[in-house]
Amino acid sequence: MHLTPAESEALYLSLSVAARSVLVSLPFAILLAWLLTRRQFLGRTVLDAFVHLPLVLPPVVVGYLLLLLFGTRGPIGGWLERAFGVELIFTRNGAALATAVMSFPLMVRAMRISLESIDRGLEDAAKTLGAGAIDRFLSITLPLMLPGVLAGAITAFSAALGEFGAVITFVSNIPGETRTLPLALYSALQTPGGDSAAARLAIISCVLGFGGILLAEWFARRVRRLLGR
Amino acid sequence: MMLSIIARKRRGAFELDASFELPTPGVVALFGRSGCGKSTLVNIIAGLLRPDFGRVALEGTVLLDTARQIDVPPEHRRIGYVFQEARLFPHLGVAANLRYAQRRAAAPSFVSLDRVVELLDLAPLMNRRTHQLSGGERQRVAIGRALLTQPALLLLDEPLASLDASRREEVLPYLETLRDQLAIPMVYVSHNFDEALRLATHLVLMESGKTTAQGDIGEMSLNPGVRAIIGADAVGAIVEGTVLGADASGLTRVRVGHGELKINTDMLAVGAKLRMQLLARDLIIAAEAPRRLSVRNSLPGIIKTVTDDADNSDLVGIDIGGAIITARVTKAATRDLGLVPGLNVWALVKAVSLRSHSFQTRP
Repeated sequence: MHLTPAESEALYLSLSVAARSVLVSLPFAILLAWLLTRRQFLGRTVLDAFVHLPLVLPPVVVGYLLLLLFGTRGPIGGWLERAFGVELIFTRNGAALATAVMSFPLMVRAMRISLESIDRGLEDAAKTLGAGAIDRFLSITLPLMLPGVLAGAITAFSAALGEFGAVITFVSNIPGETRTLPLALYSALQTPGGDSAAARLAIISCVLGFGGILLAEWFARRVRRLLGR
Repeated sequence: MMLSIIARKRRGAFELDASFELPTPGVVALFGRSGCGKSTLVNIIAGLLRPDFGRVALEGTVLLDTARQIDVPPEHRRIGYVFQEARLFPHLGVAANLRYAQRRAAAPSFVSLDRVVELLDLAPLMNRRTHQLSGGERQRVAIGRALLTQPALLLLDEPLASLDASRREEVLPYLETLRDQLAIPMVYVSHNFDEALRLATHLVLMESGKTTAQGDIGEMSLNPGVRAIIGADAVGAIVEGTVLGADASGLTRVRVGHGELKINTDMLAVGAKLRMQLLARDLIIAAEAPRRLSVRNSLPGIIKTVTDDADNSDLVGIDIGGAIITARVTKAATRDLGLVPGLNVWALVKAVSLRSHSFQTRP
């Protein structure tokens, strides 16, 4: 099966948006997962709920809130444009932001599970071996939670490939800029006689998703073997 | 003072109220039943747990003083810690686990990686992953890792408790080697009295959160609290002896106090120090010089104490010249032989438990 230029454009865009979204959210997700599992502080429950909000809100609502905050006249969007010349609305970076927000809870969740499974005694052992807090996190905690980081990244990447509602609401459906696979599929369905194009896009999505799952499984096995479990 | 500790901590219904001192570089055994607070106390020394009130000083450096708001974090305490379950880092190999400690060690260094590998026989394990190690091997690596932090004190929290008896025998000699080759003070937590006897110079007894008695291990082996835990049959004095040579029949002659014992053991160098336990139940008291007996070993001495013991018997403490040994006799025997302090007697030794070969008393 040869891809048409429009199809490969949508595929490339999907991958690019998903990759950006994962890269941007990864450090924040690690920090939040660590805060939520290891620290007791005031407002922890509220923060936890806030992180999980995109899971329960309709994606359109998330897209709308992003418009309010990150639009050119929004408090954050306006500042980003003035200070750094970064435009988010109607751009692929904006699409990446929308997918990042949507997949953030999935990422944090996967990391928390693996953080909770780490034997705290190992961190105590590192203390007695002379490792300070940052040293301990980088040399013990982070490597041991790596399976969770990978699982979180792959889950988030897969979710980002399929994000529709928040993306179309926040950055619209612009060919070559924000028209990712699901948006292209949606457009094909809206076009008279676009049935076969829609079917082809659906197959591409399936192959992509299936490949993602296999890749994740292979990664997880490698890491487990490395840790001797 | 090598090490001095005072700590109080309340945790629900459990209350820790402990204090002990280790006057010279030696090995102190923290001895008591499971759940009496030994691990809690060791965690306080390491800095992993903060007491409600306490003071920890090591070689004159105050590591913790709640009254003066001093609390040195564990990573700066220079205290090595060997945990019961080894706690090797699973994402690092054996060599990397050792280097982890070495790289973070505080100067001055007194033991090199090569020396640790040699002392603990780690060379064949260096290229292994930690999950490929047996329980005993894991503990050897954990001990090596703790040593490479160049600690001023080594804490060992029941390092052999999760090993079966034969694996325990695999690791114990290494601990004896460390004690004899590196003069590093250790706190050895155990509920196994035999281990304590083999390794320790001092013993601190802990009972339900409190340190109830402490002292030289020879004296402490006769302590009633210790006796309550180990049982009457395991009570016995620890004595030190010096190898004199071999007798005609190949037995090793050992000077103990003013007397001499003949022991069936591998030939040791003349002058070597031995540590032996003479169980109270293995001693027989003769009120006059014994003749024509099957028991070959007899030590002359003077009765120092006669104390009441369980089961209608007495414990008789006998000074054999620089050391006190203890014999268990029935009350009837005490009466018939007229055993009172000051009486000259002979202690007949039915059996000698050799506790340590290479033991050296350090200055």
